[in-house]
Order: sequence, then structure tokens, then C-alpha cells
Amino acid sequence: MIDMPEDTAPTTQQHLVIIGGGMVARRLVDALRARDGEGRWAVTLLAEEPRAPYDRVALTSYFTGREPEDLALGGQELWDDPLVTLRRGVRAEAIDRGARTVTTSTGQVLGYDALVLATGSYAAVPPVPGKDLRGAFVYRTIDDVADLRAFVEQRRGEVDRPVRGAVVGGGLLGLEAAGALRALDVDTTVVEFAPRLMPLQVDGGGGEALKRLIEGLGVSVRTSTATSKIVGERGAVSRMKFSEGPALDVDVVIFAVGVRPRDELARDAGLEVGERGGVVVDDACATADPAIWAIGEVACIGGRCLGLVAPGYTMAEIVADRLLGGSGTFPGADLSTKLKLLGVDVASFGDAFAQEPGALEVVISDPVAGVYKKLVMSDDARTLRGGILVGDASAYSSLRPRVGRELGGDPAAHLLPEGLAPAPAGDLPDEAAVCSCNNVTAGEIRRAVCEGGCTDLAGVKACTKAGTSCGSCLPLVKKLVTSELEAAGVEVSRALCEHIDLSRAELFDVVRVQGLTTFSEIIARHGRGRGCDICRPVIGSILASLGTGHILDGERATIQDTNDFVMANLQKDGSYSVVPRIPGGEVTPEGLIAIGEVARDFGLYTKITGGQRVDLFGARIDQLPQIWQRLVDAGFESGHAYGKSLRTVKSCVGSTWCRFGVQDSVGLAIDLELRYRGLRSPHKIKLGVSGCARECAEARGKDVGIIATDNGWNLYVGGNGGFTPRHAQLFAEDLDTDELVRTVDRFLMYYVRTADRLQRTAPWIEEHEGGIDAIHSVVLHDSLGIAEDLDAAMAAHVDGYRDEWAATLADPDKLARFAPFVNAPETVDDSLAYVGERGQARPATAQERASGSVLIAGTTLEVRA
Amino acid sequence: MTSTPTARPEAAAVRVCALTDLVPERGSVALVDGAQVAIVRTHDGQVYAIDNRDPYSGAQIIARGLVGTRGDVPTIVSPMYKQIWDLRTGACLDGAGSDPIALRTWPVRVVDGAVLVGGAAGAVDRG
Ligand SMILES: Cc1cc2nc3c(=O)[nH]c(=O)nc-3n(C[C@H](O)[C@H](O)[C@H](O)COP(=O)(O)OP(=O)(O)OC[C@H]3O[C@@H](n4cnc5c(N)ncnc54)[C@H](O)[C@@H]3O)c2cc1C
Ligand code: SF4
Repeated sequence: MIDMPEDTAPTTQQHLVIIGGGMVARRLVDALRARDGEGRWAVTLLAEEPRAPYDRVALTSYFTGREPEDLALGGQELWDDPLVTLRRGVRAEAIDRGARTVTTSTGQVLGYDALVLATGSYAAVPPVPGKDLRGAFVYRTIDDVADLRAFVEQRRGEVDRPVRGAVVGGGLLGLEAAGALRALDVDTTVVEFAPRLMPLQVDGGGGEALKRLIEGLGVSVRTSTATSKIVGERGAVSRMKFSEGPALDVDVVIFAVGVRPRDELARDAGLEVGERGGVVVDDACATADPAIWAIGEVACIGGRCLGLVAPGYTMAEIVADRLLGGSGTFPGADLSTKLKLLGVDVASFGDAFAQEPGALEVVISDPVAGVYKKLVMSDDARTLRGGILVGDASAYSSLRPRVGRELGGDPAAHLLPEGLAPAPAGDLPDEAAVCSCNNVTAGEIRRAVCEGGCTDLAGVKACTKAGTSCGSCLPLVKKLVTSELEAAGVEVSRALCEHIDLSRAELFDVVRVQGLTTFSEIIARHGRGRGCDICRPVIGSILASLGTGHILDGERATIQDTNDFVMANLQKDGSYSVVPRIPGGEVTPEGLIAIGEVARDFGLYTKITGGQRVDLFGARIDQLPQIWQRLVDAGFESGHAYGKSLRTVKSCVGSTWCRFGVQDSVGLAIDLELRYRGLRSPHKIKLGVSGCARECAEARGKDVGIIATDNGWNLYVGGNGGFTPRHAQLFAEDLDTDELVRTVDRFLMYYVRTADRLQRTAPWIEEHEGGIDAIHSVVLHDSLGIAEDLDAAMAAHVDGYRDEWAATLADPDKLARFAPFVNAPETVDDSLAYVGERGQARPATAQERASGSVLIAGTTLEVRA
Repeated sequence: MTSTPTARPEAAAVRVCALTDLVPERGSVALVDGAQVAIVRTHDGQVYAIDNRDPYSGAQIIARGLVGTRGDVPTIVSPMYKQIWDLRTGACLDGAGSDPIALRTWPVRVVDGAVLVGGAAGAVDRG
């Protein structure tokens, strides 16, 4: 029997079967579902791997603490689409072109109207003796890297020396694999047959610079070396022998010598394959069989298979177009690459090897700094043809789109370090491809701004997909967006508001350096007017971050949002909620009882927060001092739930009680919460501490997440819940507690000083020039020379901390501001009304108020003295 | 300073507080004929009275908003959903995504250091 999709749709509906669940297959489904509004095609995707298509390009990040789910490509809603059927763990075994069916590994026979082969490649394994021993791996799938990791961890337990590993192949993939081994703390050697590393992308000079940089990172490199044999011991690899030179003792070997197209299904079905494999297709990605197409790495297009994802995406778009009656053709591939291998930038683009006749080369080589840059120009030195950048590839995003165009000026100027050279974007022609991963042109980005109404980088990324894969083009995208907005007359100054022309970071600096302490002074010197709801709280926050005294002192009281002004959280009916601090979520029974009594006596609705503390709702403004007097007497202090400041440090129970814990997560959480309490910041900050890798505190959802290891603490930064959830990224490993605290101090202080208003850590990191790597350099390697200053600022914060609520209760002037009416201080505000629900008070709805029914006294209850 | 009482008797002004009771650029609330009125003293010494009820949330909170300027216009911002009003006229300058709704204002005078609210044409009730 032949299965057709069960959702019986209009008889005109056709069935598309895609074999292979890789990146390119996913792109095809995405593109088809985006364009096929009428539902002309139902799609079945056969994926041999046990998971939905994932980001293979980012495979190595699996070793920097990411989960398999982090490699997910785009939204998973695609797989819920009724017209899309994803069959995970199902392999296609045979194609019957006559009957137009595919037989699967589960014995099913699927009929198709169109069939797309997107089977990708095998990792090639050279025919060396010993290649099948345990400990020999390839590097292609999540399962490969998971097995590799498990093997290395196991081996580490067996030997009392560092684990030793070798990578066969010094190309792009080999260096990725070497990076993975380094991340696993393996002593690593890269063995390359060619005389230099990355022989396909870089020339001799670039290879030499690369080698030096990589050796500097502790990876040994052997070039011009052929592996002749792998010797085993008890079934596992133990030693490598070479055609020349001494043997190498190893525990693990990774083959990264290239890929081989998975074209066996096509061969068996009698379709033509290329000389070096790959399903032969024309420039429409069609095979000789009108119902069968091939895309991605398995396709042999223009006589060759292309091992990069960008041309695969282009092919996917073409087939989606063709299936809907379009006539798109393959424009030729851009084989430019920019990579960060082991932290070393490498990029090559265009005619990198100066193969076209009459090419001129401009080379800047600085072996000491480990930089090699070459531009290939036309014979009149005007038109850019290609280039190679090793060690510093910051010019890549602006140079690559200019290939085939006049560069203008002295070519060498384009090779100067970022900041010294102009990197104009305005003159880029519309058809220049800016994002090669997703094939987005300068024109599309400009249109997204001027016609699509996008007003910032995030909007343009969402609407064009530019910069959403490898991200190397983001600096250029940002420049294009900015110049387009400017051209459209949209002010893209970083001005805070109509009153202050400076950005928040700039304002922070001038206030700090000039020692300004009042709003009036600041606005007089650096702004105009009397401020607004944007600049007033920003200045309030900056002054508070700089430790200039109580937030309600003098004029400062007038620049706080209502939440900060009354030190409570405004609720929808005009009442407030109150949250006492419970550091690390640890609370004594007496403390809990005290909070409970306050809630009961004031009739407050009580709820446990996500930050492991208790929120009390429905307090009138004039009740806040009484409530806080009780809480302060019971030993509590402000929880700053109302502030743009540290909220909580959430913790799991940790090694004190937990069977699995390896460190005292509660103790650390309490110390950190007491250290950073009251720290005012551009937005709220949340921390989390877990006592072991099981991560019960969900620390990676926090701005700063800390996870205990056997040797100390791993630090993650930039996690976020909320509207755009993000997992925090690994920032430093196995820190001892002092190192950890110093690192967090600097990270937070640097964020406080330089982020935009209301910018959480995740977008701050993303928009920071140079991203997380640059922040890493500032915080851990003091690349800006400000570490001491950051440390001192945090020390001043810690020393200067005082509980805002206790200080307010001791100051009659401040207390006077909580009076409800200036002409009737004793009168109770009767505008608040509550009804009972599940045994507690909640605000009455408009209808309930109107009917006057079921109102309960709630917070207007007379307070027990 | 003296004034000529010409207004209707029910529109008599109410003394709500001394000028010095008002913190510049931070609103207070006064009860005027049973209504909650936000009283705002700006940086230049002017005093304004505007409805304390936020028409968007129904809550009595306008006085708790931030005071500032937009161009030359003295403004107050709702602390709930951030609409902006002209303190002088009650005109809504920014509906923050909703249709603008104006706020009622009351005339204010400062006499002998006392803040008087209401009394459209300046009637004074020293009560
Ligand atoms: C570590 C690493 C780093 C890389 N870095 C980069 C980079 O920086 N830039 C870049 O452009 N490219 C990079 N690449 C290459 C890039 O990942 C590939 O070009 C891209 O994934 C090709 O996509 P594809 O869909 O054609 O094939 P694949 O992603 O290989 O997907 C093919 C899928 O089909 C499945 N399949 C095969 N046969 C069958 C069958 N008979 N039935 C069912 N399923 C089947 C396979 O299991 C596989 O999941 C990298 C690759 C690796 C491994
Ligand atoms: S994270 Fe580890 S230590 Fe903490 S509760 Fe979970 S299992 Fe226990």
C-alpha cells in the first residue's frame, strides 16, 4: 500500500517528500511554507537523525556547555504545521522512480509527486589501518560529538595524565575539531597532509600566521605529514604512525579530512552522479527525472559539490520557488568563509589565491602580532577580487560585499585595524550580498528599513533573517540600518531623549568623571528643559549606581519612578506590592511567620515569586511605612523588587542537603545577594546558583548564572527569561570563589556603566562591539585597563550599602511623603475596592464596583497596633 | 493681594496647603469637593491642579507620575501606562498607543503662601 498524507486536502494538493533532515532541508520546508499560502504542497521530511534539523555549523558550541536543544534552528512551530510531517529517526532506503515511491527503514512506502534529495554528506574516513578502533571519531553530527565527549570523559577517569588527542586534517573542519578537543582539555595535535593549514582557504603566508597563532594556543601542528597507521591497544587507539617523523601517543583521533556526498540512493535509482560523487543537477537544482531535485551538499551543481551552508540555502529557495511555478536559477556560489577557529579569526573570500590573470596582491603581515592580511586586486589596483584575513578578520563584513567592485582609495587602508579605517556602508550597491548565509542583499536591508518600517537592528534581523546564522555580517548590517535611518530623516543619535543628547553610557561617564550629584546640575550642564519619564529615572539610576546617597534625598526624590519613590511596586488599581529580601531564598520559620502576620494584619494578597521570595499585594501608599516598620523590626530589609537593580540570587539547595550537590550553592547565593543588593543598573538583574550540573536553580536563565563543578564554579552570563528567552553563555570555567566574585563584580559593573537604558544583559552583550568575546577580554584580561576601577566601584557599592527602607523609616521628612492627601493626612483613600477569591483579597472589577456587591474591606481593615 | 469675587458661590476656591508643603516636581493629592486632585508645583514655582484619576486604568495615581517638560510645556506622566499630559490644560500629549484622553484641570492661585484650588474666576474660600 502506498501512504499519502492523511490530512485529506483539496484534490489538487500534491505531496513532496524530502529525504534528509539537515539544515538545507529545513530551509526548503521553511521557504515553501512561507510562500505556499494556498497549501498546494503537503511535505514529508525523512530524517535519519533522531532529532529535528539543527545548526550543524554551530556543532562545536556543543562543547562550550550548550545543550543539543541550543542548536535548534529557528522556531519549532514549523513542525506543528499540519502540512508538514517530520519523521525523525527514519531513513529512506530506496526510491522507485517508476512508481514514484520511497521506501523507508520502517518499511513504509510513501508516494510522492516531487522528491527532493537533501542527504548531505558523510564525513570521509581515509583508508588507514586502525581507523575502526574505539577512540576514532568523525565530526559531523550531534551524536558524533556526544560520543566523543563521553569517550574523552571516560578516558580521563582511566589515565592519570591529560588525555591526548590528534585531529587528522588541518582544514576548516579539522581546526574546529581541534577546538573541540581543547575545550575538553585534551592535549591536541593537528596533522595535515598539505604543507600548510587550511590549504583550501589560505595561502602560504596566511597558513604560516595561522600555524603560529594556533600553536600559541597550545595546539601542536604537523604539516606535510601523512598518517600511515593507527595502532591499537585492547581495541582502542593508542598511537599514530606517520610516513615520516616520530610516532605520536594518542587516546583519541578525529578524522576531519573532508566529506563525501551521500548520493547512494540516487545511484541506485539510476540518476546521474558526478565524477567525484554528488547528484548531478542543472541550475534549477533539477535532476534528469522531472520529479526529482537535489539540494545542499549532496547536489553536484555546475560540476561540483559545495560544502557550505549558504549555497545550500540558495538551492532550497530555488526549489521552493520552482515547486510553486517559479523559475529561479542558481546564481553561482560564494565560497567566502569567515570563521573563528580556536578563537582565531580566519576569513577568505572571492579570488583568494589570485588565480585570475593580472591580479595584484596587497599584503600586510605582522608575524609578531599574528596577523596576515591580503587583498587581491585587479591589475589597475582598483577593483577588489578577493582576500585572506588571518588573526583579525574585522574587515571581512565590509570587504566581502565589495568583491568585483571598485574599492576606492588606497586598498591597504581597508586592512587597518577596525576603528582606524573608515568602513563606509552607504556606497554599497543594492545587489551586493551582505549576509551570505541567508543571502540577504544590501538592498533588502535598506528596503526593510525604508519600506518595511524596521527601526533597529533587531527588527531588521527578524524581518530579513540577515545576520541570524553565523553573525559575521552584523557590523555591516548595523551600519546599513543606521545610514538608512539617517537618510530617512530618522534621528539615530544615541540621545536618551529630547532633554539629553548623550547616550546612557556617555552620560554615566560624564556624571562619574565630573562628580555631578544632582539632577539640576546634570540637566543644566548636559541637557535642557526639566526632563521627562526617560531621563529622570536614568539619572536617578546613574546617581544611585555611583553611590551618591539615598534615592529619596533632596531633589533626587523627584526623579524616581513611582516604584522607586515609594519603594514598592505599583499594581493595576493604584495599590502597591511589597517584597522583603530573602537572600538566596533561605528563610527561617520565624521569618516566614513574621511575613505571614504582616500579610494577615494588613489583609495583603500573598504569593510566592519566581525569585524564591514572598510578594504581598494590595498595600495602600500610606500603609507602606507601617508595613515596613513591622518587617524591619522582624529583621527584613528592602528586596528592591521595585528597582532596576539586583532582584534575587536564586539557588538550589546544594551540597548541604542534596545527594548530588558538589558545592554549597545556598551559601554562595546568599553571599552574592548580600554583595550586590541595592546595586542600581540599567535594568533588573537576576542571578542563580546551582550546586551541580543538574542545574535545579535554572541559573542559565539568569543574567549571571553559576553552576558548581568538582573544581569550583562555572560562570554563565546573559541569560534571560521574559519576552525573548535566552540561555546564558559560558563565560569562565572552574573559578574558585574569589575569582568568581571578582569576575562577577567586573561583569556587573561594566554592564552598569555601559548598557543602554532598559537593556538587559543579553541584548547588551549582543550589541556590544565585539560581542561576548570583547566583554570577556575586558573582564578577564583587562583589555581596556579599567579592571581596577571596576573593582573599586564595586567595593564602594558594597561598603556604602544601607537598607533604603530602614533609612526612610528613620527620617520624618521622607515619611511625610506617604500621606495620602496633602489637605487630609488622616483620611483613607477609599478608591481601592477588593473582593474575596480563594480565601484572599483581589481588586474588584469595574462591574463589581458598579454593582457595589461583595466588596470586602481588604486593605482598609483597621490595623492591629 | 486681593481679588474680586465674581464666580458662582459653589465654585469657591479651597485652600489645600501651604506652598512650602509641595515638593517641587513631585505631585501631591488634595481632596477638593470630594474629588482627588493632583497638585503639582513645577521647578519655576508655578502650581497646577489636574485630575488624579488615570482615565486609562481608573486608578487614582496621576500625582505619583514624573513631572517634566516637553519643549516648553510642563508635563506629568502616568506612572501606570505612561501617557503624558499638559499640566496647564490637561490636554493629552501622548496616548502611549491609546487614544488621547484629556484630564480635567482646576484653576490654582497662590495667595499669601497658601495654595488655593478651584473657584473658576478666583473666588476665595478661606475655610
Ligand atoms: C563542524 C562543522 C562546522 C561547519 N562549519 C561551517 C561553516 O562555518 N560555514 C558553512 O557554510 N558550513 C559549515 N559546515 C558545513 C555545513 O554544516 C554543511 O554545508 C550543511 O550542513 C549542509 O547541509 P545539508 O542539509 O546539505 O546536509 P546535512 O546538514 O549533512 O544534512 C543531511 C541530513 O540528511 C540525513 N540523511 C542522509 N541520508 C538520509 C536518508 N537516506 N534518509 C534520511 N535521512 C538521511 C543525514 O543524517 C543528515 O542529518 C560545517 C560542518 C561541520 C560538520
Ligand atoms: S543542582 Fe545539583 S546540587 Fe542543586 S539541587 Fe539540583 S541536583 Fe542538587
